[in-house]
Amino acid sequence: MSSSTSNCRRKKEMLSFLLFKTLPGFKDVFSKVSESTIQTGDILLFPIETCSSGSIWSFKHAAVYCNEGEVIHLQKIRSSGNRTWIIKEGYKAMKKDRGKCEIYRKKDGIDLNDFYSKVREAMNSEAKYDITKNNCIHFALFLLGLVDFYMQLVEVDNEGGSDRPVSIPSVSPPRQGCGVAGRTVVSQRDLVRLFRFRPSNGTHNKVRVLPLGAIATRSASFTHAGFLAFLPDFFLVGRRRGLGVGPAGQPKTPADGDAAEEVTSPVLATEAGQPACYSALRADELRPLAGPEPAVATSTVPPPRHDDLKEMLDSNKDSLKLEAMKRIVAMIARGKNASDLFPAVVKNVACKNIEVKKLVYVYLVRYAEEQQDLALLSISTFQRGLKDPNQLIRASALRVLSSIRVPIIVPIMMLAIKEAASDMSPYVRKTAAHAIPKLYSLDSDQKDQLIEVIEKLLADKTTLVAGSVVMAFEEVCPERIDLIHKNYRKLCNLLIDVEEWGQVVIINMLTRYARTQFLSPNQNESLLEESAEKAFYGSEEEDTKDAKAEAASLAKRKPYVMDPDHRLLLRNTKPLLQSRNAAVVMAVAQLYFHLAPKAEVGVIAKALVRLLRSHSEVQYVVLQNVATMSIKRRGMFEPYLKSFYIRSTDPTQIKILKLEVLTNLANETNISTILREFQTYIRSMDKDFVAATIQAIGRCATNIGKVRDTCLNGLVQLLSNRDELVVAESVVVIKKLLQMQPAQHSEIIKHMAKLTDNIQVPMARASILWLIGEYCEHVPKIAPDVLRKMAKSFTNEEDIVKLQVINLAAKLYLTNSKQSKLLTQYVLNLAKYDQNYDIRDRARFIRQLIVPTEKSGALNKYAKKLFLAQKPAPILESSFKDRDHFQLGSLSHLLNAKAVGYQELPDWPDEAPDPSVRNVEVPEWTKCTSREKRKEKVEKPFYSDSEGESGPTESADSEPESVSEESGSSSSSSSSSSSGSEEEEEEEEEEEEGSGEQSEDKEEEEEKRTKRKEKEGSRKAAGSPSEEEEEEEGAKKAKKKASQGRKSRTETSSEEASASESSSSGSDSGSEAETKRRKPPSSRAGPKEISLLDLDDFTPPPPQPVPSSSHLLSPAFGAVRTYELLHRMAGEGLSVEYCFSRRPFPGDPHMVAVQIQISNNTDAEVKSLRVSEPKPLSGMRIQEFPEIERLAPGDTASVVMGIDFCDSTQAANFQLCTHTRHFYVSIQPPVGELMAPVFMSENEFKKEQGKLTGMSEITEKLTLPEKCRSDHAIVQQVTSAANVGRVPCGADNEYRFAAKTVTSGSLVLITLERREGAAAQLTVNSEKMVIGTMLVKDIVQALAQ
Amino acid sequence: MIHSLFLINCSGDIFLEKHWKSVVSKSVCDYFFEAQEKAIDVENVPPVISTPHHYLISIYRDKIFFVSVIQTEVPPLFVIEFLHRVADTFQDYFGECSETAIKDNVVIVYELLEEMLDNGFPLATESNILKELIKPPTILRSVVNSITGSTNVGDTLPTGQLSNIPWRRAGVKYTNNEAYFDVIEEIDAIIDKSGKMPCKLIFLSLSFMNPRLLDDVSFHPCIRFKRWESERVLSFIPPDGNFRLISYRVSSQNLVAIPVYVKHMISFKENSSSGRFDVTIGPKQNMGKTVEGVVMTVHMPKAVLNMNLTATQGSYTFDPVTKVLTWDVGKITPQKLPNLKGIVNLQSGAPKPEENPSLNIQFKIQQLAISGLKVNRLDMYGEKYKPFKGVKYITKAGKFQVRT
Repeated sequence: MSSSTSNCRRKKEMLSFLLFKTLPGFKDVFSKVSESTIQTGDILLFPIETCSSGSIWSFKHAAVYCNEGEVIHLQKIRSSGNRTWIIKEGYKAMKKDRGKCEIYRKKDGIDLNDFYSKVREAMNSEAKYDITKNNCIHFALFLLGLVDFYMQLVEVDNEGGSDRPVSIPSVSPPRQGCGVAGRTVVSQRDLVRLFRFRPSNGTHNKVRVLPLGAIATRSASFTHAGFLAFLPDFFLVGRRRGLGVGPAGQPKTPADGDAAEEVTSPVLATEAGQPACYSALRADELRPLAGPEPAVATSTVPPPRHDDLKEMLDSNKDSLKLEAMKRIVAMIARGKNASDLFPAVVKNVACKNIEVKKLVYVYLVRYAEEQQDLALLSISTFQRGLKDPNQLIRASALRVLSSIRVPIIVPIMMLAIKEAASDMSPYVRKTAAHAIPKLYSLDSDQKDQLIEVIEKLLADKTTLVAGSVVMAFEEVCPERIDLIHKNYRKLCNLLIDVEEWGQVVIINMLTRYARTQFLSPNQNESLLEESAEKAFYGSEEEDTKDAKAEAASLAKRKPYVMDPDHRLLLRNTKPLLQSRNAAVVMAVAQLYFHLAPKAEVGVIAKALVRLLRSHSEVQYVVLQNVATMSIKRRGMFEPYLKSFYIRSTDPTQIKILKLEVLTNLANETNISTILREFQTYIRSMDKDFVAATIQAIGRCATNIGKVRDTCLNGLVQLLSNRDELVVAESVVVIKKLLQMQPAQHSEIIKHMAKLTDNIQVPMARASILWLIGEYCEHVPKIAPDVLRKMAKSFTNEEDIVKLQVINLAAKLYLTNSKQSKLLTQYVLNLAKYDQNYDIRDRARFIRQLIVPTEKSGALNKYAKKLFLAQKPAPILESSFKDRDHFQLGSLSHLLNAKAVGYQELPDWPDEAPDPSVRNVEVPEWTKCTSREKRKEKVEKPFYSDSEGESGPTESADSEPESVSEESGSSSSSSSSSSSGSEEEEEEEEEEEEGSGEQSEDKEEEEEKRTKRKEKEGSRKAAGSPSEEEEEEEGAKKAKKKASQGRKSRTETSSEEASASESSSSGSDSGSEAETKRRKPPSSRAGPKEISLLDLDDFTPPPPQPVPSSSHLLSPAFGAVRTYELLHRMAGEGLSVEYCFSRRPFPGDPHMVAVQIQISNNTDAEVKSLRVSEPKPLSGMRIQEFPEIERLAPGDTASVVMGIDFCDSTQAANFQLCTHTRHFYVSIQPPVGELMAPVFMSENEFKKEQGKLTGMSEITEKLTLPEKCRSDHAIVQQVTSAANVGRVPCGADNEYRFAAKTVTSGSLVLITLERREGAAAQLTVNSEKMVIGTMLVKDIVQALAQ
Repeated sequence: MIHSLFLINCSGDIFLEKHWKSVVSKSVCDYFFEAQEKAIDVENVPPVISTPHHYLISIYRDKIFFVSVIQTEVPPLFVIEFLHRVADTFQDYFGECSETAIKDNVVIVYELLEEMLDNGFPLATESNILKELIKPPTILRSVVNSITGSTNVGDTLPTGQLSNIPWRRAGVKYTNNEAYFDVIEEIDAIIDKSGKMPCKLIFLSLSFMNPRLLDDVSFHPCIRFKRWESERVLSFIPPDGNFRLISYRVSSQNLVAIPVYVKHMISFKENSSSGRFDVTIGPKQNMGKTVEGVVMTVHMPKAVLNMNLTATQGSYTFDPVTKVLTWDVGKITPQKLPNLKGIVNLQSGAPKPEENPSLNIQFKIQQLAISGLKVNRLDMYGEKYKPFKGVKYITKAGKFQVRT
């Protein structure tokens, strides 16, 4: 027991503290009982006293009374790592050995069955001893079901120096019979650490506030090891469990146990019946008393290793599997071997439960290498996964497949990677990029194939892939720099959006790339110097030829202009200096340091200084790099000098690096501040740092002549410092400084000579001796005296000092042989018999050299020269000098040695390689898209989330539309061709003209207007004209029309006359028709472009009328007719056409979208095409299309403008302007375009129709021409005449259509009823009577064709 | 890149290992232990150690060494930054990054590490994505899991990984919509013996406008750099939860006064085993704000055996083992300045310490940004609702050291 009272007090505190910590409810759980009433399950505490004197800890050894005088306990085997015995001994024998014990009993009794089974099990086990986690106390409490105890097979601990056991002998001698050594073994390391870390242990402090005195544990000491408390973390689990059990006192039901454990840790989640005290952390060491079923708990034979886990894995309950996998993963995490479970685990690779699956993957990746054959069983699962429709599953399958290091599956991996590299999901492609280095490390023969994949992925345009593929590139084929050419600009542009880790890799790679491809931006300076020199020589020689050649070379070496790609890289990396990731900042910094013109490098300083505020590891790396940089570019960091000032709390390694930087930054202007700062450092408690500071002062003094004397004086003052190390360091530095100007400082040398009496540090002594020897002429009186003293103490000196003594002697002999001859002889004699052969050799050598003999005459003459030659002063250099030949920020730079896999940073080329290799086929396009993409990405989600989402749906919608449009037009043509008389060619022409032409003549337009007036007039007059009349009128009109056409134009075909009434123009000149005919493809392409353009304008998907059958949709879009807005001739080569795209106008639902197609047929560029001065009639509104900046000759542009026609067929007039001309144009809509289709059911239709009777109903009878009697033809004609949607109809002979006017939204309902034969009746119901009548007319005309 | 990771506690136990490529024996850590022994102090363990076949790059966080094994050239900061990110993630998941927490959640830790690195190259480091993949443990969830047998692994596949803004999940919904901005300014300073300031820098951890003050900034990736460049407005899509938006530094030129001053008199008498210690802390003009949470720590010289002091305010402790004096002052009231004075007992016979210790001071001033930086306005776009917006200013001491 300890002697001092304070120790006693501390011990008591410790123990009560301990008990509370280990088993907080200890007082509630146990009561002390007397020896006479001892019974099974009582805990016995034997005292152990340590022999080490002054120990303040008292140990207790715990055991548990079994029955019939037997005691079971855990004991550590001496000097065998942490192996233990679990043994039973006789109670009395033990008492005799160990002394009197204290006995405690669990208040609420114990479960005897459980206890015995645990005892049985324990007797067959070993446990790994751990003084803090697994000691005798734990064992005892475990038997009573109170805390965890880990029984396990002991492995040979090969953790090297980590746990060197030191035995602390205990009182009890080794016992016979059981062969147990009664010694407690603790790791010395642990002890040391425990003491060292105690005060900083946060948990400790927390616990200290507990009412220590509250527990009646004065005499009770449960613990074996007093240290336990210092690492209380380990007990938290136990404590919780203890609380859970304590007062309640019943044996735990399995369910209770589970719940309670779940709270503490999910890892511990056990299935029903699993003993609560087992922790999954040690699952491999478990020999469960109980299997998954409680019934097994009583089985007497413990099942072999891991059987329970296997059983759980084989069960069909996911929860059991999960539990087993969790335990197995915990084993892997601890570094324990779980490979024997491989077959059981691999079976679950196809498990449905995601977490089980994931954990199986973890296991598989860890052990597949060891069990290759079995691992193959899992491959098919991954192959299936590779084809999953979900991209994330494909990716994860590839990830695991490629992580399995089994050479047999290399071909499968290769195939999978190739496939994934062209996957449509960028995430899968990213995973493929990750898989490449994995496969490469498994089988480097695949390199060529992998390079192909890399090449393909490098061309990928997504940011997600970029970082990963460059990583793969760097690992597989960093030498293939040519692969980068085509992707260089793309990488530069994408860089800012790549994730941070990818950025680091890309920047480092691009640094190397740039070094091979561009010229040095700093060559200008050197070039200038060079050329100046040349000019000088040239003028001297006065040779015209030379001058010419020189001029040529000058011309050739024209002033440096930075490659735009070089600039691109610098520009695009600069914003990354603001990254939060230190690695990215460092990468950019090194890029600038290696690549940027001198004047621009400065920007990185600020960012690097910012990193100095980060974690100390980051500081360490950054300072190393700053130290290197500050040598080359001192000016860069000068403004931040103060950021490198040293705090007393900085770790030494940081201090020394900062000192290095400060020294590098010192110059004439700031040296005084720096020296003042150094003065503070010299008084530091950290002696290593002080020594470094002294050296730094020495360096400043050598570099800056101005302060040399000041520094020297300061250092001399340090010679009287109390600390010997400081003095020694100063001596060494002073010696170096004195070498520069020895003559002026004989006083200092004298002073130092005196120091030989006191200074013991060998290096310093040696330095002084060397100084005196070297400058013995300056101190002629002192030198021999020093030698005399040294000769006396020669034998006791260190080797390094001895050598200098010999040196000194030799020099003195040469300069002052009179006084020192004898002394020299004496010293040399002493040295001759020295133990060190170096010294013996030196003595012999010197003797031969200086003492003249017959043999050595020749050399003797030169002895003085040899010894007293002028020696150049040493240059004190930074250890970071020239480190920049390693790429900064790299591991190699940090270690100042080439690391494995380091790629040399190449020197700048003399001649720039061809920059065109970086040209991509469509450079503008890529640039533009990348920019757009970025903009889109940044902008979209911010302003409206819906836009981003609607994007893809829209495109999905619009694509089939454009197809349908095409098919629609073709079907319309085929239908008209089916009408008979025309030939294919002509029909094409007709279609085109019908869709494209409008008269450019005002004359004709007027005609048209009058015609319409006529029509209206006739209609009004007729009221409800008879069918015949109508027919007559139609015929008349056709005739008139035809005649008009003939009148106005030279060539009119009869087909045309009958072809299109709605396209009011008659025809075109033949030449024009021909030109039209030559470019049908472009007009065909028209509608396609429309859809694309609409997509760009991000319209929400148009509210399409849902057609009752799919073929109905096509006619609705089949009749997109194109009208002419500006004829080529009138427009001076600019021709403009328009059509009604029948889509809602994006900006305004009340506008009709007009698609305008502008072709530039001139030879010159047309600039700033725009709409100006719209002069709409009252109420009419025009939404102009965005200005077209330029239109190249031969180009065609499509734009959309919106016009609100106010539900009238009045033309909209406006000016179309170019940069030179204004054209007055007008757009007149056919009535059918003023509406938009609506979808309604038959019932709705009827209901609405019922509301629109009387005045709102217009009926007309008509005869359907023969070609227009099929359902298809009718529907098509109606929908082409008007933008209406079909309404389903029950009757066979009825067709219904519905629409709403665009501006007012009034319903327009159309019914066409077929009567017997060719007769039919058309009814239009609409509020807008004008529209109704016009529509009737139009439809009748359309049908009559 | 990163081959393996070992987590080692202070007593030198390797309590977790994870390998991303083939298995590296844990004996490689011996080199680390060697270096650790040599370094004496944990802070001085070199972050990069070269061994014959591997390189060890380590960080020390929360009493745990994260030792990673590297086989080939890699930027060291890349690894260091990543390891810190791992530690941050643990902190985020378990509330603390301690050995206990890691051991308790070993499966989650393993799953996290598996997701964060693929073949040693970082895959998902954004906590948002990780939380979608692996749900952080909560008591409620673990109870539910134990009953229902469900798991911590998200059953919906994460989409965040696929997006271009990995820091925000899609469809985040809350009943309260709040945006708080804490402008935390930290003052780093070394104050000279004479009270002069050789080094004066302000660092701040997060902020908004009147940007001319800001000398150097670093951003969360969510910030649109272009907008900042052109308008000096921070425009960003906020990540979910707490995050550091911007760190900025205010250049030393336009800095206001340091908010506290220290009067000190520390002396050790020659040839006697005692010394005097007398420190007073006082506030300078702080625009009416009080200086709170003042704590002074002093690393006393080794020769100091014990200290007998009296504090007019707060309490002090002196640890004779580490020789650290801690004085918890609390709030400073200008009427009665806190003072700590008394006798220092030195080891008898030991030479007088030549250096006076530096005083490290921590303090906090609520509702004040010492640089004068102010958030001008906060606008929100793209949502109809009006979130609650709040800005809080705090000034703290960063590395604030007074030399004596």
